[in-house]
Amino acid sequence: MAEGIVAVTEQRDGTFRKVSYEVASEGRRLADALGTTLTAVVMGSGVDPLAAEIQQYGPDRVLALDHPELADYRVEAYTEALAQALAGDPPALILIGATVQGKDLAARFAARRDAGLAMDCTAIELRDGAFVFTRPMFGGKILAEVTIPEAPRIAAVRPNVLRIERRPAQAAVAKPALALQGIPTAVVEKRMDTSGRIELTEADIIVSGGRGTGGNFAPLEELAAALGAAVGASRSAVDEGWRKHADQVGQTGKVVSPTLYVACGISGAIQHLAGMSSSKVIVAINKDPDAPIFAKADYGVVGDIFQILPKVTEAVKALKG
Amino acid sequence: MNIVVLVKQVPDTESLVQIAADGVSIRKDDVKWIMNPYDELAVEEALRIREAKGGGVTVVSCGGPKAQETLRTALAMGADKAVHIQDPAAEGADALGTARILAAALKAMPFDLILCGQRGVDEDNVQVGPAVAERLGIPHLSFVIKVELLDGRVRGHRVVEGGTVVVEAPLPALLTTQRGLNDPRYASLPGIMKAKKKPLEVKSLADLGVDPATVGAAGRKVVVRALKLPPARQAVRMIGGETPEAVAAELVRVLHEEAKLI
Ligand SMILES: Cc1cc2nc3c(=O)[nH]c(=O)nc-3n(C[C@H](O)[C@H](O)[C@H](O)COP(=O)(O)OP(=O)(O)OC[C@H]3O[C@@H](n4cnc5c(N)ncnc54)[C@H](O)[C@@H]3O)c2cc1C
Ligand SMILES: Nc1ncnc2c1ncn2[C@@H]1O[C@H](COP(=O)(O)O)[C@@H](O)[C@H]1O
Repeated sequence: MAEGIVAVTEQRDGTFRKVSYEVASEGRRLADALGTTLTAVVMGSGVDPLAAEIQQYGPDRVLALDHPELADYRVEAYTEALAQALAGDPPALILIGATVQGKDLAARFAARRDAGLAMDCTAIELRDGAFVFTRPMFGGKILAEVTIPEAPRIAAVRPNVLRIERRPAQAAVAKPALALQGIPTAVVEKRMDTSGRIELTEADIIVSGGRGTGGNFAPLEELAAALGAAVGASRSAVDEGWRKHADQVGQTGKVVSPTLYVACGISGAIQHLAGMSSSKVIVAINKDPDAPIFAKADYGVVGDIFQILPKVTEAVKALKG
Repeated sequence: MNIVVLVKQVPDTESLVQIAADGVSIRKDDVKWIMNPYDELAVEEALRIREAKGGGVTVVSCGGPKAQETLRTALAMGADKAVHIQDPAAEGADALGTARILAAALKAMPFDLILCGQRGVDEDNVQVGPAVAERLGIPHLSFVIKVELLDGRVRGHRVVEGGTVVVEAPLPALLTTQRGLNDPRYASLPGIMKAKKKPLEVKSLADLGVDPATVGAAGRKVVVRALKLPPARQAVRMIGGETPEAVAAELVRVLHEEAKLI
């Protein structure tokens, strides 16, 4: 097998996305298991602080791809930079976070290198010296175990699944020269939510509401605030115009993997389950004792969310003092 | 404006997915097939662009004989013509193999804009669109919820975590769709009647000049070793109580003391 593990991190406006620590930590574990080295890749413009920060997660080497053309993510520029930096002998495995950006970059880069790509993996194992990637398919109804016989191999890993482990290291930072001319696309506008809301795909806890909210998400927002949680929604709640598309969890929405998912007034349609069944613990609150969500939940409460949720919020506040 | 839409037939999201006897594929009998929901968005957007700017919409699918149903559905929605790439040697292709085939088909037709889904809700690969764009050497914008056509350029409003980024690319370009882009129309009865007479061309790998060894099961870079069902959750534990306060207290207690989550 070719040498070395490469973990491609992701940053926006100078801050790492959480998945960066996840890919670096997983890369360290796999490199140790194989007795090989870990290279962390940092991409952007002016990335010195990030190249320093990522050393907390144990890379042997940091590859800083620093170029004005990489200031904002554009797939052509990022693909080209990665291709230049990783030209030559392919590593044993390239890890990348399966975020919106990571999926986009992984797909284009894989095509550039004609490399096998296991998209949105939830586990990577070494069996008899070969990587076995587990990836949900059919909205999580099936788990596929796949291998990629030949390098280059790319695994895009689902955010919020792999364990973060700090391993402070003193790694050499290399800054290769990059030639990035003629990038055809341009970012003309960025409209970012600056309210400091927690991103669903990175949240540890999600309180999610469906048609049963009748459009009143206030009790859910209050519980979420008490728990430090993000607020999600079913497609019905989005279709009704109660919540934004970006809040939708499910097969045609976001796939989330929090440690705790609280489904409030959500029936548990198969397309909703597709987006949240990899949550560690699921709590369902629904007034219908026969709601299908209870078959997928760990804890269930039969009752009216408008009566239960305010009391849960009070109890959480009391607990947290 | 020549618009090409890539459409894929996938199992209905409601359907039970069963593992076949070989352990590495799914059972195809008994499955209800539909057009991939993200591809419906792509067809709808293409029709709207044609309605506004003129031009033609061609739908392309690679798949077995049944895939023609999906192409007919797209024609019934209003697409002008269809190309069906059907070849036993293409079966079992992974995302890269599929992209190689589709790119070869696209090289043989005029296009200004290619639209496709962000992912097929079958294997959830999220790969074919960007891979087709790469093989054609054109830019792509993925996960778009709004498309604006300017003179010779396209603007895609891309949804990213926590916001929207507007990116501009020169044509020809490829876009992948995200929910929120539009509400796809249904095929009307007159549409379905008309679709029967619209041109549907069937092509083989040889017609496209694709070497069968580089695609299909033979050309896979990603090999499926086993398909499994996700581990079953433990039976649900119902939390009861006399009053909402009691229920809430018990729920918070188990989440704190037993599950150690809060
Ligand atoms: C191709 C396709 C893709 C789809 N993608 C998605 C997707 O990504 N995400 C998604 O969520 N759905 C998706 N759907 C829709 C899905 O099939 C369901 O229609 C949807 O999830 C139902 O939403 P809901 O549970 O909020 O509403 P309902 O099914 O109407 O359920 C509402 C629930 O609230 C309960 N309730 C009502 N009032 C109260 C109260 N006061 N207190 C407690 N409980 C109460 C009711 O008992 C009921 O169980 C998709 C469908 C298709 C066909
Ligand atoms: N066999 C196929 N024929 C036509 N289009 C396809 C095919 N496979 C994938 N696509 C297109 O690529 C998109 C992404 O698919 P995937 O990468 O398989 O998740 C789909 O939404 C389709 O638009």
